[in-house]
Amino acid sequence: MDATILGLLIADGITSGVIYGLLAITIVLVFTVTRVLFVPMGELLMYAPLTYALLVDHKLPGSVWLGAAFLAAWGVLDLLRGARRAPLLLFGGAGALLGAGIWAASTGSPILAWAMAVGVVVLMGVATYRVFFEPIPHASVLAYLILSLGLHFVLQGLGLVFFGPEQYRLPPLLPGEVQLGSVPLPKQNFAVYALALAWVLALYGFFSRSLYGKALLACAINRRGARLTGISTREAGRVAFTLASLISALGGMLLAPLTNAAYFMGFIPSLKGFVAAVLGGLVSYPLAAVGALLVGTLEAFSAFYASAYKEALVFAFLLPILFVQSLRTLEIGGGEE
Amino acid sequence: MRRWTVLGLAMCIALAGFLGVGHAQAPRVIRIGVVVSATGPAAALGIPVRNAFLLYEELFRDAIPGYRIQYIILDDATNPTLAVQNARKLIAEDRVVLIAGSTVSVSALAMVDVTGEAGVPQMAMGATQNIVHPVDEKRRWVFLLPQTAASAIQAVTLDMRLRGIRTVGYIGFNDVWGEEWWTSLSRAAPNLGIRVVANERYARADTSVTGQVLRLLAARPEAVLIGASGTPAVLPQRTLRERGYRGIIYHTHAIGDPDVLRVGGKDLEGALLPVGPVVVADQLPDNHPSKRPALEHKRIYESRYGPGSVSQFGAHVHDFWLIVRPALERALRRVSSDNLPAFRAALRDEIEATRNLPGAHGVFTYSPIDHLGHRFEYSNVFVQVQGGKLKLLRTFLPRQ
Repeated sequence: MDATILGLLIADGITSGVIYGLLAITIVLVFTVTRVLFVPMGELLMYAPLTYALLVDHKLPGSVWLGAAFLAAWGVLDLLRGARRAPLLLFGGAGALLGAGIWAASTGSPILAWAMAVGVVVLMGVATYRVFFEPIPHASVLAYLILSLGLHFVLQGLGLVFFGPEQYRLPPLLPGEVQLGSVPLPKQNFAVYALALAWVLALYGFFSRSLYGKALLACAINRRGARLTGISTREAGRVAFTLASLISALGGMLLAPLTNAAYFMGFIPSLKGFVAAVLGGLVSYPLAAVGALLVGTLEAFSAFYASAYKEALVFAFLLPILFVQSLRTLEIGGGEE
Repeated sequence: MRRWTVLGLAMCIALAGFLGVGHAQAPRVIRIGVVVSATGPAAALGIPVRNAFLLYEELFRDAIPGYRIQYIILDDATNPTLAVQNARKLIAEDRVVLIAGSTVSVSALAMVDVTGEAGVPQMAMGATQNIVHPVDEKRRWVFLLPQTAASAIQAVTLDMRLRGIRTVGYIGFNDVWGEEWWTSLSRAAPNLGIRVVANERYARADTSVTGQVLRLLAARPEAVLIGASGTPAVLPQRTLRERGYRGIIYHTHAIGDPDVLRVGGKDLEGALLPVGPVVVADQLPDNHPSKRPALEHKRIYESRYGPGSVSQFGAHVHDFWLIVRPALERALRRVSSDNLPAFRAALRDEIEATRNLPGAHGVFTYSPIDHLGHRFEYSNVFVQVQGGKLKLLRTFLPRQ
């Protein structure tokens, strides 16, 4: 192995690591605030570029309908709880979303489609929380996990219906390559790195320095205590899901030009993001990011040395670390109330 | 008032029922079971097959006078266990005379035990030879529609020899498909004086194959064979080109459809692959026996699903219909379809009796020792990706 191969492998590992890292921080974010291990994050990440690809092709993707349906379901739930204004706004929002989707599809303008793709995924993310998780605020971590696994299967199946079985490729935002020593790197990579780094720092700062962030965190540690001090746990959950799906959507849009996108490609990165999040104890953003880079680099090197056993090697390397982690991990969300 | 309306409605329905029954003798129903992988990782292969069956049922359900052919299409989600369950259900509950499927090798293979035990003919659409070979007590009941990987690899190695290639690297899926191509390649290459210098694997859902490609490049092969299917086959080719590989790149026949060409774009330019004749139906020479059936299938399929929609996979349904329709007619002359076990056995015998039948994917000749049915020369042609389209390079027709 020479320096060029080493450099290429490391660069490849970092790029994969950043994908897992983006997913890891969304998983940590959602888990610390709501105790939900949100497995379908990978599907949301794929929905964004796929929605974009269909819109610029002058087709109205099913994900827009699904987003509108989620908003409508949210409206119905609010109506049942006796709210007056909110349901009307939500039904209006669902209609507006559909209208915007039809408009974006008819013009096929890339900017409009970009905004639409991100918007649909963010709305879908937050509506998922409102419709499926918020009605059962006192469920156990396991119940949430089962629910989110179910959602994963539903979203993946719908992904096949909406987008078909094949992959799509998006044009890069920043075309061209940069030569780093002897290693050529696509410029698009740097956009992804920058986005990931910015999110990690922002979330770390938000949760450890700002009062609002600490309030969100309080909801995870002790829901009743948080509510007694005047924090709305519902609102906290919605904020967490909004942020997380925004990260996923933006990440997906930036990644698709590098890796292609398809309905079935979300789960494995999501799983590896989860592993990285566990390496960070499911609470720490910087540690989760480091864990993700470790997973990515391990993967690149095992692909080089023994590609047939890549996944097995990656998870085998991680087992001892995960074992140690499981012994000393924080008991977050374990004790009920 | 309300009561009268309801009463009137009921009378109308009853009358319509009477008229319907009394009008004509109801045709006797012949049920054919279909198992496809229309969801899951191999959906890309299963969906065109399902679409084709839906279309062919609509067009040809009354093709045999006095009978109505009904297809019962079940999805196995690319899961062999589900494929077996589906087969059992079709045989026991729906009392089908024949089962087509599944579209994936592992699932088709898993179903062999069930159909062989129950004595129901099966037309498998997986592309591995061990589904039908060797013909034994169970495999007596199974026939293959697609050409096998072994026959496609023969086309690839022939092309390699014609180009004077001596070293080849391999990268393929880490599943049955990738393994089948690897086995076929490593078995066929040495006889032709070709050395296989690398063997790398990746997964359908992988987002990067940089590690594998670097390893391939280090072995400096003159050509690379990518044993993958569908759009995920584009990734290794793109990475190879990005890393400056100038050699020849071969693919399997599982990438010859419009989606792959769309996603691959200019990265796929120059790629070489074997395909079934139907994929380049328009470009076939007039003396190719598959030209007429291939064009016919193309016309039928594209009239419903749009120009350019025809693919390798849906055409197996055309061949299915070409083989099964005459076999059904012959079997019906011998045995009544009410005697299900005897009729299934007669149908099996009649399918096995198929000789020199030109289909969209070659010329079919089954025999008691050969349920593959294909002959290499007719079932494979060689194409190159040129300007985003598949261009016919050569056929393997025997010289006359």
